[in-house]
Amino acid sequence: MNERRAFLKAIASAAVGSAAGSKPAPPPDPWLERYSRQLVLPQWSEAAQRALADASVLVVGAGALGSPVATYLAGAGVGRLGVVDDGAVELSNLHRQHLHFTPDLGVPKAHSAVAKLAFLNPDIVIEPYQAEFNAAMVEGQDLVVDCTDSFAARYAVNAACCAAGVPLVEGGVVGMSGLVMAILPGETACYRCAFPQEPPPGATPTCAQAGVLGPAAGVIGSLQALEALKVLARLDGALTDAFLQVDLATHEFLRVSVRRREDCPDCGAA
Amino acid sequence: MPVRTLDVSDLTCPMTWVRTKLELERLEVGEALEVRCAEGEALENVPRSAADAGHDVRVDGRIVRIVRR
Repeated sequence: MNERRAFLKAIASAAVGSAAGSKPAPPPDPWLERYSRQLVLPQWSEAAQRALADASVLVVGAGALGSPVATYLAGAGVGRLGVVDDGAVELSNLHRQHLHFTPDLGVPKAHSAVAKLAFLNPDIVIEPYQAEFNAAMVEGQDLVVDCTDSFAARYAVNAACCAAGVPLVEGGVVGMSGLVMAILPGETACYRCAFPQEPPPGATPTCAQAGVLGPAAGVIGSLQALEALKVLARLDGALTDAFLQVDLATHEFLRVSVRRREDCPDCGAA
Repeated sequence: MPVRTLDVSDLTCPMTWVRTKLELERLEVGEALEVRCAEGEALENVPRSAADAGHDVRVDGRIVRIVRR
């Protein structure tokens, strides 16, 4: 633990040192400066930025998908970010889970992630939940991003978000391919509308069995973060009533339309 | 109607346009904003960005007058 504390301290002092060395005068308005490259976008606005600052987002899973998702959402200025993960950092995680470093081995992932995110954006509230996901966690959230790595968890997060009416961005990656989908419960198709039958355990390979390349997870997580920003800032073009199937071996991005099912046990009216 | 004014002459790109853009977002369509820019980069970029965003733009010396569209 001492080694890790020294490591975090070193990052902090390096950041302070380089900032002091390169820029003597503080910017006139740090808030504008921090978010200037997104504020300058035609699609973005002060209202969009304020919507982000007022939002509470839960990132379920602090691994390969959760790392880019939480990094981009914290950087973009989401006001309250919760990070859920019940695992601890393992050596086999490090090639793809970029919020965790070698000195973090054995540290709970939720805490390891939050420590880095706090360095990234000290102006927001970031909370670690070292626990398994449960449905009560989505209450009061403006958006949930599912970065879990099992079908069981994915269906559980979808059901909880549908029941609570909380928007959700789904994602999954294995090997060199993945999938992303944005869901507005009660308005657009949910994950179970798209995939009604949960695969039986063992029917599909996990990351541990099939492997995954770090950048492939980075692409899918980045797409999830982008969809999350679109939903939170109410931008046009969110990936709703469809999912994006991404094959990074062939560079094929396939957008597949999906319809809401009236008889969907998770989101249907019946 | 009083014209809103903004002085970005001590800022550098892209903060000149960020400030201007945020100020324009506070205006109703048809309202005008006069932006004082420094010579050089700002006086080139602010009018161009405003025109690209679809607003009416007129430059008078170092004052960029923008009508929100």
